[in-house]
Amino acid sequence: MRALVLVKVAWQSIRRNTLRTLLTVLGIIIGVGAVIVMVAVGLGARERIHQQIQNLGTNMIVLTAGAATQGGVSQGAQTFNRLTVADAEALRREGTLLAAVSPVIVAPGNVIGGVGNWRTHTQGVATDYQTIRDWAVSSGAFFDVNDVRTARKVAVLGATVAKVLFPDQDPVGQEIQIRNVPFRVLGVLAEKGQTAGGSDQDDVVLAPYTTVQTRLAGRHFIPQILAATASPSDIPAAMEEIRAIMREQHRLASWEEDDFTVRNQEDLAQAAERTTEVMTVLLAAIASISLVVGGIGIMNIMLVSVTERTREIGIRLAVGAHARDVMVQFLVESTVLALVGGAVGVAAGFVGARVLARITGWETVVSPPTVVLALAFSAAVGIFFGFYPARKAANLNPIEALRYE
Amino acid sequence: MSATPVIEARGLVKVYALGATQVPALRGVDLTVRRGEFVAVMGASGSGKSTLMNILGCLDVPTEGMYELDGESVNGLDRDALADIRNRKIGFVFQGFNLLPRTSAVENVELPLLYDRSRRRRATRELALEALARVGLAERAHHLPNELSGGQQQRVAIARALVTRPALLLADEPTGNLDSRTSLEVMALFQELNQQGLTIVLVTHEHDIARYAHRVVGMRDGRVIRDAPLPERRDAAADLQSPQLALEP
Repeated sequence: MRALVLVKVAWQSIRRNTLRTLLTVLGIIIGVGAVIVMVAVGLGARERIHQQIQNLGTNMIVLTAGAATQGGVSQGAQTFNRLTVADAEALRREGTLLAAVSPVIVAPGNVIGGVGNWRTHTQGVATDYQTIRDWAVSSGAFFDVNDVRTARKVAVLGATVAKVLFPDQDPVGQEIQIRNVPFRVLGVLAEKGQTAGGSDQDDVVLAPYTTVQTRLAGRHFIPQILAATASPSDIPAAMEEIRAIMREQHRLASWEEDDFTVRNQEDLAQAAERTTEVMTVLLAAIASISLVVGGIGIMNIMLVSVTERTREIGIRLAVGAHARDVMVQFLVESTVLALVGGAVGVAAGFVGARVLARITGWETVVSPPTVVLALAFSAAVGIFFGFYPARKAANLNPIEALRYE
Repeated sequence: MSATPVIEARGLVKVYALGATQVPALRGVDLTVRRGEFVAVMGASGSGKSTLMNILGCLDVPTEGMYELDGESVNGLDRDALADIRNRKIGFVFQGFNLLPRTSAVENVELPLLYDRSRRRRATRELALEALARVGLAERAHHLPNELSGGQQQRVAIARALVTRPALLLADEPTGNLDSRTSLEVMALFQELNQQGLTIVLVTHEHDIARYAHRVVGMRDGRVIRDAPLPERRDAAADLQSPQLALEP
């Protein structure tokens, strides 16, 4: 029989019992709807993380100490945290593709000034840091190359710190104390908001790295060196260049693995996305359980339908239908049934994602591949759970089927 | 017309296994039906006429014996091959009409054509309308079965049996659900189709109905006990005009 005829016959028998059909496919509707909403939430979270990573800066490359764990065994304590200011200076000197390089020296400690005393991190950075992070000042100015060269005691406040210490006045020109060393405030940074990890990027004080290194006594460490290229296309080559310079700096023999890790924003994004991906898959898996339950509902109603239509099957067999024709007819019917459920479920998913976004304020993204996948999955459910009833129909004896009351 | 009989059956035996006991339904039936014949198979229930009908209709296979339909041996064919034979060679008319519910008359008539593997399915709709016209229901083509009277439903069923131009029309108690006037109408239609050359085998237990055939085959206990042409054959169309029938509602 022609496919069109089969679908038409299936559609007719589905339409005959609108209420029953609706109840039958409710499981599929809920299943598909739930999967779509869950994936939309997951994708929304991913989208947001992506934006936040982009927000870190432009064309940024991050150099951190220690090998990436994927390289096998970790490199051990003595190699850990071996980034130095000298490394940053070498990159600055030798990197041909690097438009900007800045070490990040972190010196935790209290900052006193204005009306309060605030526990935060002071970061010693180069002037390039502003370029790399694409971070404007909202008032005043960033420190300049001279400030860095002469290790002047000047600082730029993050928006949060500025708000806490100087709630009612302009901090520019004021004096603050970092670990009891007086610094003059040159400017205030524009607000950046939270990182993907949820920490406040504006809770920071920036000072020339030379100053932090020489004037601030006590603990500081260099967790990362930041660099940026002039254009995104330079990033892969620039990463290679950094590796070469760093291996030279650290005097690594050819057989030794890198004792540092070079990543770009894309890598950072992927690492962050992996977490949400696991969550998304988990949620979608839970949601798809109801698809399976919906499939059982379809099997149930198809079995009823086969029994109800025993006579019809008998007639079809008597006038020359092969067992396969009957089987295909019922398979098409269960598949169409599941697809109808899938389509309504997709619509419900769209609405659900919107409503959820409105209520929770989360971003939700319904992607076309998800929709296609959900429909394909519901069709598969229809075929799988329709198989047994269809085979039962196909194996009916025509004589008994014709006599069935 | 070739001399090949439409039905050529020799020594048909059918035994049903009911648990451990073997129940013989046919105990050796010989039957030959030539092209253009109108044969009534008669017998009480349990006589084996339904079993014979199922075997002749290729719905069932005999336990023993040889059966050739329109020159083709049916012995040893599988399910699907039997289905193809039914589709090409046989038109069924049942007691309960057996139309698909909620499906228009013309779509019911089309049904066998949908399963036709030999013809290249040309003009399915046209053939169906033609068959409906032959039974005089052209103007009811798009009615649903529940909008038609019993006689009309049976005529749709006959159209469905005719649409594939079968070698044999098998009718199983076709008038069992009809009043006597409608029964006569159906028999008149059968006689008309028979005159046009259609071979008909009719299974019935009513003598009144069997009288319109050429030949009556009587069955009892799985055997043919009588096989003779009818000396005086009645004309259903003429009987329809008779005054006593006209008085009936």
